[in-house]
Amino acid sequence: MNVDRRTLLAALLAGTAGPVWAQGFAGLGSDADGFSRPDPGYRFSFPADHGPHPGFRIEWWYLTANLRDAAGTDYGIQWTLFRSGLKPGETAGWQSPQLWMGHAALTTPDRHFHAEKIARGGIGQAGVTPVPFEAWIDDWQMAGPDPDRLTLRAHGDGFAYDLRLQAEGPLIFHGQNGYSVKSADGQASHYYSQPHYVLNGVLTLPEGPVEVTGHGWLDREWSSRPLASDQSGWDWFSLTLDTGDKLMAFRLRGARGDFTAATWIDPQGRAVALGNGEITLIPNHFHPVAGREVPTEWSLSLPERQLDVTIRAVNPGAWMDMSVSYWEGPVRITGSHSGRGYLEMTGY
Amino acid sequence: MLLDVSSVSKSYGKRPVFQDVSLSLDPGETVALTGESGSGKSTLLHLIGALDAPDTGDITLAGTRYSTLGDRGRAGLRRNRIGLIFQQFNLIAALNVGANLSFQARLAGREDPGWTAEIARRLDLQDRLEQMPETLSGGQQQRVAIGRALAVRPDLLLADEPTGNLDEANSDAVLSLMLDLVAQSGTALFLVTHSAQVAARLSRHLHLSQGQVT
Amino acid sequence: MIRTAVSALLAHWRRRPGQLLTLVLGLALATALWSAVQAINAEARTRYAEAAATLSGAGQTVIRRPAAPIGLAEYAAMRRAGWPVTPQLEGRLRAGDRAYPLLGVDLLARPVAPGPGDPDLTPADLLTAPGRLIATPDLAARLEAVPGLPPVLHDNSAPAGVILTDIGTAERLLDRPGQIDRLLLTGPVPDGAEPLAKLLPDARSDTVAPPDTASLTDSFHLNLTAFGLLAFAVGLFVVHGVAGLAFEDRRATFRTLRALGLPGPVLTRLVLAELTALALIAGLLGVGLGYGIAAALLPDVSATLRGLYGAQIGEGLQLRPGWIAGGLAMALAGALTAGAQGLIRLHRMPILDATGPDRWARSTLRQSRAMALAGLVLITAGFASLGAGGLIAGFMAMAGLMLGAALLLPFVLGAVLGRAARLARGPVAQWVWADMAAQLPGLSLALMALLLALATNIGVGTMVSSFRLTFTGWLDQRLAAEIYLTARDEAQAQEINRWLTGRADAVLPIRRHDTRLSDRPGRIYGVIDHATYRDNWPLVTAAADPWDRLAGGAVLINEQLAYGAGLRIGDTLTLGPGWSAEIAGIYSDYGNPRVQAIVALPVLLHHHPDIANRQMGIRSDPAGADALIADLHARFDLPADAIVDQQAIKAMSLSVFDRTFLVTSALNILTLGVAAFAILSSLLALWNARLPQLAPAWALGLSRRRLAALEVLRSTGLAALTALGLALAWLLLAVVNVEAFGWRLPMHLFPLDWLRLLALALLAGAIAALLPARRLMRLPPARLLQVFAHER
Repeated sequence: MNVDRRTLLAALLAGTAGPVWAQGFAGLGSDADGFSRPDPGYRFSFPADHGPHPGFRIEWWYLTANLRDAAGTDYGIQWTLFRSGLKPGETAGWQSPQLWMGHAALTTPDRHFHAEKIARGGIGQAGVTPVPFEAWIDDWQMAGPDPDRLTLRAHGDGFAYDLRLQAEGPLIFHGQNGYSVKSADGQASHYYSQPHYVLNGVLTLPEGPVEVTGHGWLDREWSSRPLASDQSGWDWFSLTLDTGDKLMAFRLRGARGDFTAATWIDPQGRAVALGNGEITLIPNHFHPVAGREVPTEWSLSLPERQLDVTIRAVNPGAWMDMSVSYWEGPVRITGSHSGRGYLEMTGY
Repeated sequence: MLLDVSSVSKSYGKRPVFQDVSLSLDPGETVALTGESGSGKSTLLHLIGALDAPDTGDITLAGTRYSTLGDRGRAGLRRNRIGLIFQQFNLIAALNVGANLSFQARLAGREDPGWTAEIARRLDLQDRLEQMPETLSGGQQQRVAIGRALAVRPDLLLADEPTGNLDEANSDAVLSLMLDLVAQSGTALFLVTHSAQVAARLSRHLHLSQGQVT
Repeated sequence: MIRTAVSALLAHWRRRPGQLLTLVLGLALATALWSAVQAINAEARTRYAEAAATLSGAGQTVIRRPAAPIGLAEYAAMRRAGWPVTPQLEGRLRAGDRAYPLLGVDLLARPVAPGPGDPDLTPADLLTAPGRLIATPDLAARLEAVPGLPPVLHDNSAPAGVILTDIGTAERLLDRPGQIDRLLLTGPVPDGAEPLAKLLPDARSDTVAPPDTASLTDSFHLNLTAFGLLAFAVGLFVVHGVAGLAFEDRRATFRTLRALGLPGPVLTRLVLAELTALALIAGLLGVGLGYGIAAALLPDVSATLRGLYGAQIGEGLQLRPGWIAGGLAMALAGALTAGAQGLIRLHRMPILDATGPDRWARSTLRQSRAMALAGLVLITAGFASLGAGGLIAGFMAMAGLMLGAALLLPFVLGAVLGRAARLARGPVAQWVWADMAAQLPGLSLALMALLLALATNIGVGTMVSSFRLTFTGWLDQRLAAEIYLTARDEAQAQEINRWLTGRADAVLPIRRHDTRLSDRPGRIYGVIDHATYRDNWPLVTAAADPWDRLAGGAVLINEQLAYGAGLRIGDTLTLGPGWSAEIAGIYSDYGNPRVQAIVALPVLLHHHPDIANRQMGIRSDPAGADALIADLHARFDLPADAIVDQQAIKAMSLSVFDRTFLVTSALNILTLGVAAFAILSSLLALWNARLPQLAPAWALGLSRRRLAALEVLRSTGLAALTALGLALAWLLLAVVNVEAFGWRLPMHLFPLDWLRLLALALLAGAIAALLPARRLMRLPPARLLQVFAHER
């Protein structure tokens, strides 16, 4: 009997084998033998920290963007490069213990295109260099002289995109100077973002090219064991409000209770970290997708900022049916504030 | 004494057919058994023919006690010592007249071609040996059945309403033939009938009524 | 009125639940077999088409650089340029006293290599040192005995005879770090991607269509379809029998309904509706069952196709709406075909129909004559369709023969049994034969089903053995030498040739010229005069001393050419302008779509002096072949795939065929099971009619045990006679094959296989009779006595 390819790849990505889901989403809750642990005293150093950290087990370059065409139709795109270390460190050639996985998606109000690429480190097929900045897997790439000025390209079955990104604000460091705590037990990651991108370019759909503009959000995160063993997944929000304020919020779902954290970013780019329990996240409506029930409508409130909004998926069917599967798609915000953003839900 | 039926009882389920019936036959004797419909005449004949077993009592034919025999032994007894004639003729449809006539004798391993030919001649079947039973009239079929039973030279011939399915003229002819042949071969005959006329032509007459033979 | 009529009609099934069960089950089984085969076929076709599409429509496209291996940076550059390529590194791995082909692939890349099934296995185990070797269990067992190798994973779906591993492990074991032998194209190259000439300037891209696979794939699928139809027909005979019986049983009901005022057409429509409903229920059941069968068998079929054609077929089965609908349609069509006779009779039945069992029996005798006539027509039509030529016509012919033979069966059996009854000596024997003949009308449908099942078995057996022989026979001829070698160029070929003198027993040059022969695309080989050919070449017919004649300028041709052009020994064949030769022999060349001729090498060189001389066969002591191959690799700069080891290829093809046998034998057993079920259901249906036949025999002194034994014997005997009737069908089959396919399937009788089949047929007959026999043995005498009772 053969192991299903999917299970094998999920195990590959997680750097572990066996019952993957039992250990939390993609094995992020399992032990990290030999890998570095996030350090609250760590001081970021750029441009080096734009590049990979092979001493840590898991890392990602995660770009999402809300786009609109001339007719006002909403689109969302995702470009993600995951790195997963089978062992700490990097060696050249096929023996490299680093695995890379790319996910690209294009979401319209009624369609969701997505594609995946998998490659090994050490041979140049995939990787990230800080100067000039380049993140790539095969012919998908996010590259530019530095992360403030990028071109972004990917394609898959039925879709492609080619976009230019310009950062119009500073990097944002989540938690305590970029040390983002994920559970009451102290699981954590190094986490910073560039939420100030403006974008323009072309989406290619089966019926032809579409000119679009919009704003984007890059997340950079690395860790070795970001989830506590009882945590099964997370709900993550990146919201851009029409007031110019932005909000990153997540909820980690655990058997011993949920853990929330958030970062409020004002129009000037000043960030305030919000600890466990300061925001309230309530799923309003569950949508059946890929044989599961996934909450595609939420209530989010932050009394401190008079924020009380409803967040609805632009396309509730934005399921990423991949080696590691999750929900990822653009959302619309209504209520006390309006705006657009992205939602990611794992472990459903 | 050829046949000894001693105190046999038979019931089907809870319905007793008869109880404690005894009778006997000597070699060459011809006995008629009459009785009402459903009085158990046929059942008694089946018991004597080792086709069925009594609930109590025993039957002895030429020194062989039925109660000592298994399925195979009973089959052997029927094959070798008993000739059977039924109202429905019950010929073997797949075989022709000649094969039907000699079937039991050959089954028993003692066919006497001369005797079979003689029987066929006496029964006026000599020209029909190649025909299939279904092409014969009822009277002709019953003659084949009689011939089949006698060809084995049984000690005892059992006949159950042998003329019941025949018209009067045929009935008379068939009965005469049978009695002639029985007399000629020295076979004992036990014949079940509801007809007093038929019964009158045999040497002894028994009547079964209310489970008792008189 | 309708409701009352319906309840009267349906009451029958309450009284005869067995009949209902048989009808539904028979139809369900037929549909199941059909849809299982269709599912496997559809799945294989779809996946095959997908694979073909990703491989840009043809065979696999391979990119290699003749001069040097491809480097990792070059590979990465191609990937970054958007080229969907996956790397392979190949070599021979010394393990103990033998060397095995080792194939290193990127285990992360598509098309994905078989995933090993060890649940404790981590990706790090597979991808980082020491790595894992993946091999079929037999090879894996041999490798495990060798110390110093990475751990070995057993995987049934691994390529046969080859050790599979990650390319990172392969480069270490072969000591070729950073080297790639070739890149396989796994999908379409995107528009605007940098051209190959720029990325890998001196590389070559070859699209290699594996030889013969297209026609063989076609014939494999066509075979499966034909097999599916035959299997369906087997089930249909069950349905036809039961539907007919149900009709006869309800004759009185029909008459009464008509007499009570139900119009004839309404009655016909009601029965039609009933049949349709039953067909749909049975069809759904059958599709479900078929799905189960297909899901169980598909892994083997995928393995077979992958092994044979390198086609990647997923092992998951998808429920396709197409074959659900197809299955239901088949069930419906089958039920209507099977019930048509009854319906027509019902439609024509006069109200005062005095039909008794006698007339029924006579009409079946008439029927058996009519069926025999139809059978003869079918057989004739089958032969006639051969005129059209081609595979389809071939299978039409075969279907005609099979159905024709089945239709002939009752008549022939009746004649045989009648004769046997006349010849029989003992009274019991005589009765048994005659009784068998009498039983025949009731059993003939089931026996026809058995005949078809056996024919299917034989047909499939022939197909499998022809496939096996197509490959192994072909390989045996072509690979008579122990080692085959293709040099980089003529200079290297000459160097190797010199070096081999004294080291090998003989070197046989392989030189050929592609041309048209008798107006078909063909190939002329030039061979030297060597015992290898005299000993191994499979000549079907030949003139005296064909090899001497060959040296003298004559030609040998393959069967395809002989049949296609109507050539015979002694005829003259034109080989080119101003070149013709006498045909000295005809050789078998299974599965080769091309026509072919062989001439003496000097003769070929005389007409075509410029043909390449890079290929050679090397004869050597088989035990020393591995060492010689290793020496050749060490001594000469040869591409990894330049040397072909005959043993490895033969081992590979054998294991491929053994997998094919797995699928077909499983389906064979199922088909025979359906036939046994047909006999059983017929015997049970005949049960009530049997008692008046058996009772007199019992009364006259045959014990129940003996009668029961005779029942089993009778059924087994009928099965045996049916099986013998096959000999004729099989002979016809052999003729059809030659006519349809142009090559003769070797008359290899596998005595054990045939005995096994006969035994299975007997077993089917015996098992089917066991239940009725058991019932007979335990039958209370009272039931038999009822036959004699007056008050019936």
